[in-house]
Amino acid sequence: MEKWLRFLEVNAPRILELTIDHAVLVSLAIVVALLIGIPLGIYLTTNQYLADTVLQIASITLTIPSIALFGVMIPIFSLINQGIGFVPAFVALVLYSQLPIIRNTYTGIKNVNPEMRDAAIGMGMKTHQRLLRVEIPNAMPVIMAGVRTAVIMNIGIAVIASYIGAGGLGVLITQGISRGDNYLIISGSIAVAILAIIADSILLLIQKRFTIKALTD
Amino acid sequence: MISFKNVTKRYGEEIVAVNDVDFTVEEGKIVVLLGPSGCGKTTLLRMVNRLESISEGEIIINNENSKDLDAIELRRKIGYVIQSNGLFPNMTIEENVMLVPDLLGWSKKEKRERFEYLMKLIGLDAKDYGKRYPHELSGGQQQRIGVVRALAADPPVMLMDEPFGALDPIIRDKIQEEFLQIQREVKKTILFVSHDIDEAIKMADKIVLLRNGEIMQFDTPSKMLSHPKNEFVSQFFGKDRAIKSLSLHTVEDLQTIIGLGPVDESVQDTKTINIHQDLRNTLSMLMNQEADQVVVKNDQDENIGTITIDLVQKYLHFEIKGKMSASQEG
Repeated sequence: MEKWLRFLEVNAPRILELTIDHAVLVSLAIVVALLIGIPLGIYLTTNQYLADTVLQIASITLTIPSIALFGVMIPIFSLINQGIGFVPAFVALVLYSQLPIIRNTYTGIKNVNPEMRDAAIGMGMKTHQRLLRVEIPNAMPVIMAGVRTAVIMNIGIAVIASYIGAGGLGVLITQGISRGDNYLIISGSIAVAILAIIADSILLLIQKRFTIKALTD
Repeated sequence: MISFKNVTKRYGEEIVAVNDVDFTVEEGKIVVLLGPSGCGKTTLLRMVNRLESISEGEIIINNENSKDLDAIELRRKIGYVIQSNGLFPNMTIEENVMLVPDLLGWSKKEKRERFEYLMKLIGLDAKDYGKRYPHELSGGQQQRIGVVRALAADPPVMLMDEPFGALDPIIRDKIQEEFLQIQREVKKTILFVSHDIDEAIKMADKIVLLRNGEIMQFDTPSKMLSHPKNEFVSQFFGKDRAIKSLSLHTVEDLQTIIGLGPVDESVQDTKTINIHQDLRNTLSMLMNQEADQVVVKNDQDENIGTITIDLVQKYLHFEIKGKMSASQEG
């Protein structure tokens, strides 16, 4: 116990700093992923053929092991002198987030009660009015579930990004492994777990705030 | 007014869902599209607000060809009620009801006033219910809201697709009555889809009976019951169509034509019914033998006579059967 306290006394500022780095990397990747994934998911509801193709590609992306994807990123981004570090990690995280976000947006909207959609059209709503007022609000719980999956997944994958020099809490773990320092490994892992729990709780709160009771029951 | 002029609906080359349909819904009247499932009644209804396209022929709505109008504008001018009420669960009752006025850009004050008026029409408190969400209401209340939502922007024409089909019989009966009451006040031109014969007889000024996309008969309910045009029509209404037609007559009609029996004050076990009660319900009450004597009351709550099974039978014989057989001979 005493050893732990001494470890934390020395390393706390560094752990905190790496946690923030980790959170920033994941948040930026999610924001960009949302900006791409949600409009794309909405658009796909109007184009069945494209939807099948895009969802297929997104599922394949998700099956690539993260370490392999990071590996592929390095030669590609070397072309613009960004082979290792933040940029390849960021791009990989954006790609990984696409499937849960696009798929949940797409299925959420597609599964809105067809009678509700019929009523909306029959009452004279234009397509964008129907989307904004009826379909998206009613698909909100499903869309948010996709976002939460993407965030949790990215917090985990970002740990591996430390291998290509993207920083974050993975640094503690990789250093701990190479030095045989259990304190580093454990503190890194616990910090990642806490970060994931906090992020998920915040998203759950947001989800509850923005969906009305009728839909959560 | 809604006029169907030789309207046909085809899916592909082979399937004809609606074939050469021609009839008119007069201003302020209710026409019920009736028929077995798959007869094309819903397709026909959905062609009016262009949720289905028209393959041939045209539909004229208040002197305008529906093809010449913008689909969005057309739909905003037509009230639309569907079976499962189609309320949006993410909106409050007030937002739901005021949706079309909102799309049309009404002011806040206009919307507020209209909402209060409409809620009064269905006897729900505007303040209390306005802020609630659909799932907080009973099925019957939701369906009432569905109906007033269609009335919100005061459209001249309404389309109702089995609006009361999902309700239990008791609530359905009550809401039908209530709706007829509202209709007497608002006088909309209504096209109404139903598969329920009793509902059609009760609601319709005229019935369109369809089979396989073709009109079998277009007539008033009483004509349809007394003068079925062909075998299909008489079979569809069933062997008990004479009894069904009783629901088109009231105790008052019986009183004017054959008169009521005298009231026996000495009988203890009596039940009273209103003079405006229809004869079909009266007959079922008499058959159930709920009381030794059934006394008829007028609007002033005075006892004006008694009614018995014999009297109803006599009325049926002279008034309804008599006319039926006369027509067959003629």
